[in-house]
Formats: sequence, C-alpha cells, structure tokens
Amino acid sequence: MTIEVKNLVKKFGGFSALDGVDLKVNDGELLALLGPSGSGKTTLLRIIAGLDWPDAGEVSFNGEDALAQGARERHVGFVFQHYALFRHMTVFENVAFGLRVQPRAIRKDEATIRARVKELLDLVQLDWLSDRYPSQLSGGQRQRIALARALAIEPRILLLDEPFGALDAKVRKELRRWLRSLHHEIHVTSIFVTHDQEEALEVANRVVVMDKGRIEQIGSPDDVYERPASAFVHGFIGESIELPVQVEGGVVRLGDRPLALAADGIASGTSKLFVRRHDMLVGPPGSGAFEGAVQHVRNFGPVQRAEVALSGGETIEIDAPRDKELRPGDTIGLEPRRYRIFAGA
Amino acid sequence: MTMQIADSVSLASPDARARAHAAAAHDSLRTEPRAVRITIIALAMIFLSVFVVLPLVVVFAQAFSKGILAYFAALAEPEALAAIKLTLLVAAISVGLNLVFGLVAAWAIAKFEFPGKTFLITLIDLPFSVSPVISGLVFVLLFGAQGYFGGWLRDHDIQILFAVPGIALATTFVTFPFVARALIPLMQEQGTQEEEAAISLGASGLQTFFRVTLPNIKWGVLYGVLLCNARAMGEFGAVSVVSGHIRGETNTMPLLVEILYNEYQFVAAFAIASLLAMLALITLIAKTVLERHLDEGDDASDH
Repeated sequence: MTIEVKNLVKKFGGFSALDGVDLKVNDGELLALLGPSGSGKTTLLRIIAGLDWPDAGEVSFNGEDALAQGARERHVGFVFQHYALFRHMTVFENVAFGLRVQPRAIRKDEATIRARVKELLDLVQLDWLSDRYPSQLSGGQRQRIALARALAIEPRILLLDEPFGALDAKVRKELRRWLRSLHHEIHVTSIFVTHDQEEALEVANRVVVMDKGRIEQIGSPDDVYERPASAFVHGFIGESIELPVQVEGGVVRLGDRPLALAADGIASGTSKLFVRRHDMLVGPPGSGAFEGAVQHVRNFGPVQRAEVALSGGETIEIDAPRDKELRPGDTIGLEPRRYRIFAGA
Repeated sequence: MTMQIADSVSLASPDARARAHAAAAHDSLRTEPRAVRITIIALAMIFLSVFVVLPLVVVFAQAFSKGILAYFAALAEPEALAAIKLTLLVAAISVGLNLVFGLVAAWAIAKFEFPGKTFLITLIDLPFSVSPVISGLVFVLLFGAQGYFGGWLRDHDIQILFAVPGIALATTFVTFPFVARALIPLMQEQGTQEEEAAISLGASGLQTFFRVTLPNIKWGVLYGVLLCNARAMGEFGAVSVVSGHIRGETNTMPLLVEILYNEYQFVAAFAIASLLAMLALITLIAKTVLERHLDEGDDASDH
C-alpha cells in the first residue's frame, strides 16, 4: 500500500499544525516522522488514520482518495502513544475486538477468531498473558498487546504514535529491535512518530524530519545525518555546535575574526555555521580555523567533553578522544573536519 | 496540596500506599495530644448522634408507636398506596430522562470542544443552586392557567400542572445534575483514546458506545442514578408547588407525610416517613459499594 499526501493544511485555532505537507510513502516501507513536539507529526499521523480531518489537501492510499472514508473504513492499524487498551477487557478480548465488531456478513466464527488471536499473541510473544487485564501488564507488554490488537484487522497500513515514548530506556531499546524484525516479517507499510532521533535513525528505512508543520527533509538515516538539508535538521539531529557567522564575498567571519573556511556559493550576510561536536579536531594553538581556551573538561564514556571559549566571544562544547590531553586553562587550536554553513539561518 | 499528596499516593504500589497510610496514622498519633483527639472525636460523635441518629430512631419509634399492625394498616391505606405508586412512577420517569440527558450532556462536555462549553457546565449546576420552590414556580409560570403555554394547553386539553407530567417535569429539573455530574469528571479523565482505538479497529458508533464507552463508565452511571433516584423520591419543594395536593392523585410520599402530620395522624405520617428513611439507608449502603467500585476503576486505569 502506498500513501500519498498532498499539500496538507491543518489549523487548530490560530496554530498551524500542518502547513502544506507533501509526502509519498512507498509500499512496505518503515518510515519515521521525526520532529520536536508541536511539529505536526502526530497530527499528520492522525489525519492519515482518519482520526482528524485536514482543512485542505489530499490523502490517498494506492491512488484512492482516503479522505472520502472514515477511520472505520480505512483499515488502518493505529497504535496509540498510551496504548489505549480497553481497560475492562482481558488481553485476549482486546486483541479480538477488531474481529468481533466486523459486520456479520464477513465476521469469522468463534473458533477462527480464537485461533487468530492466539496466533497474534504468539507473534508478540505474550500468549501467556491472554487472561490478564491491561492494568496488570508492564508498559512494554501493553505496547506489544496494542500492536497485536492493531494487527488483528490485517491493516493495510500500520501507524504508531510515539510507540516507545512511555517506556524506560532498556525496554525501549529491546522493543525497537523487535519492531524492526517484526516489520521485516509482516512487511506492512508502516509509519511511526517519534521525537527521539536515535530511535528514528535506528529503526526506519527513511526518515521525515518535521518542524513547525513543515517537512524539512526526507531521506535515509544516512542522508539526514550526513547531509542535513537545513539549519534546523543539522541542529536537531546529532549534537551540533552552532555559531553565528558573517559571510562576505566568500570570507567567513566569527565576530571580527576571519576564519580560514571555504564558503563557496553561500550568499553574503548573516549565516550559521554547524559542526558536529566530534568533528572539531584539537591541535596546538595557532593551528586550525578557531582558537580558544579550555574551560571545563568532563568524561563521557569513550569521549571527553570540553567547554572551550573561542576568541571571538562564543563558548562551545566539543567531544575529543579520551587520549587527547586537555586541561582547563589550555589554549588550543580547533579545526572542523567537516562543517556546513546555512545562509540566513 | 491535598491533591498532590493524593496523586503521589495513588501512583505508588499498594505496599507503598499501605506504608504511607500507616506513616500518616503514626504521625497523627504523635502530633495530637490524646486529650485533643478524644475531644474532637467525641464532639463529632455527639453531633452525629443528635442530628442524624436520633431523628432516624425517632422516625421508626413513632411509626411503630401503636404497634406493628397499625404501621402496616397505615401503609395499606389507599391514599398511602397511591402516594407510593406516584412516587415510584415519578422517580422512574425522571431518572430515565436524566439518565439519557445526563449521558448526552456528559458525553458532549467530556469528549468534544465547542463554543459555550463552560456556559453549559455552569448551566448543568443551575438546579442545585436554585431553591426547589422557585424551580416549581417556573413550571407554574410556564404551564399554569395564566402562564405562557397555559392557553394553548387548555385549548388542546392537555393537563400538565396538578398532574403527573408537572410533577415529573419539576422532579426531573431538580435532579438533572446528578447523572451528568457523576459522569463528567470520569469521562474527562478517561479521554477519547479508547473510542478512537475502537473506531480505527472498525467498530461502528453504537458498537463503540456499548462495548467501550458504557462499560468504562457503568459504575459512574449507577452512582449518578442512585443519587438521582434518592433525590427524586424525596423531593418536596418543587413538587409541592406544581402538585396541587389532590388526595389520592397528585400527592407524592413527602407531600403525604406533611398532610398526614398536619392532620395529627402521626403513625401514618411516620410510617410513610420510615419508608423514605429506609430508602435513604439503602441508598447510603449502595453508594458505599459503588464508591469502592469507582475507586477500583481508578486504580485499574492506565497511568
């Protein structure tokens, strides 16, 4: 099932949740919608599911107009952020719900429903919980039951809203891997919403980065990390150093200090320079484009993080290998191994 | 402050909660001197005995003062039977109407955003803040012979005032808030996600209501119905204004109690009153049971 979204607009009062969104989701793809809260990603997901309606724009499934159908007819599996399991039903009845409410003409008989539910509970490896109530389950178990319930109706599309948001770090990592392998197994077109870049990069085939109701970039996890299309994407994905610079005729200045950095094709004016923390290489004073004084050094696992006051006024944080000796008070030179300049940002 | 404490306790495990309770009890033992505690408890007990237990005992003592046979004879009077029947009928009508309207109002308020919502919430409470006598007078003004619809009603030979419809209307008005008030906070807390889940799984509106919404609020509905029923059967002021006190026809139990009492028929008056008192006791017990179920529902909900 392919999904195509064209020029989608949605306003809540004066707030623009979606401001002209175009997106094409390929058949069998696992796509992540990534963005900060308020970026419109959940609204987009809910409109695709039929739980919200756009003010303007089109949504089509396999070329068919989806907006002509209600949520009930769309056959979309939706996994809610807080699972929304039916609290008064057992796990078994939760998963069976979608099969039991089918129109009588196509409803399966009881034995078939039982077999199907059993199969789904096996798939999520929780068949031993079928008589429990949702309140008796852990967060990770509820998550998997919610997924089994959504899969029961053999959805054409699977939508997951912050599927791991409410879980602790360890369970979250396990479930991520599990979701990936599950998707590999069932291959249904899936979209999940997340504000966690690590989650998006690890799980998805393609990542859609959103901000303020607009799509900033669509690309593979490598694309959005290595080749961010905008200042927002660079700042949002991966930890970046952000410096306000002036570009004049190909010369980059930080405050009064000209930097030995190429800025070919960047329009003159106020711009933003982005460097990944670990792409700032430390050298002796006088080497590299920047110079600065080390203020603090802290150790973080494999790296040490140093706060450096640049000559030019800005203070930045860099990540250097542990074997590099850095002490507060040292003057060092810094050379960005890779950097990006975004004009006007 | 109290809210925060309650929240943190409700999030804790049952064990932690038990410990918190124990700690609280221990604290109060330490901080209040024994004498103060005993005085406060004694004051509360004395007040309750004088104002609640004593009247209740008096009602039953008076009802049975001429013996058990006189008690049942008083209840078997045609006037008494008519009053009991009318009270049950009026209660059934007003509880039925308020169940439907209360559900609809609570649903609208809890699950949708619309202009005028705050106004509607305030309006629902109106019957609680207006004196019942005035509520009754409103219906006289609307449907009385000199009222806005009086002429039209007379032309079409429809009797509302001084008849069952008027009594039922006044009672329904006075008891409207109970069901809605019991359901609004419950439904607001539960939100709309389970309904959305049901619809995305292919359930129709009716299936969603009967399989998801109603089971989630059933204890709240029963709670509202219970309180609504107790008030409907006991309502005096509003009903007194619209009833016309026609003996054997438009007297409900509370009205009959007053009439009999004014006629010095104490045994009969207190016999009817004892029925109302028993209704109150049963309501109290049922309320306690329902509240326990409602609390359990809270515990079972997803946090």
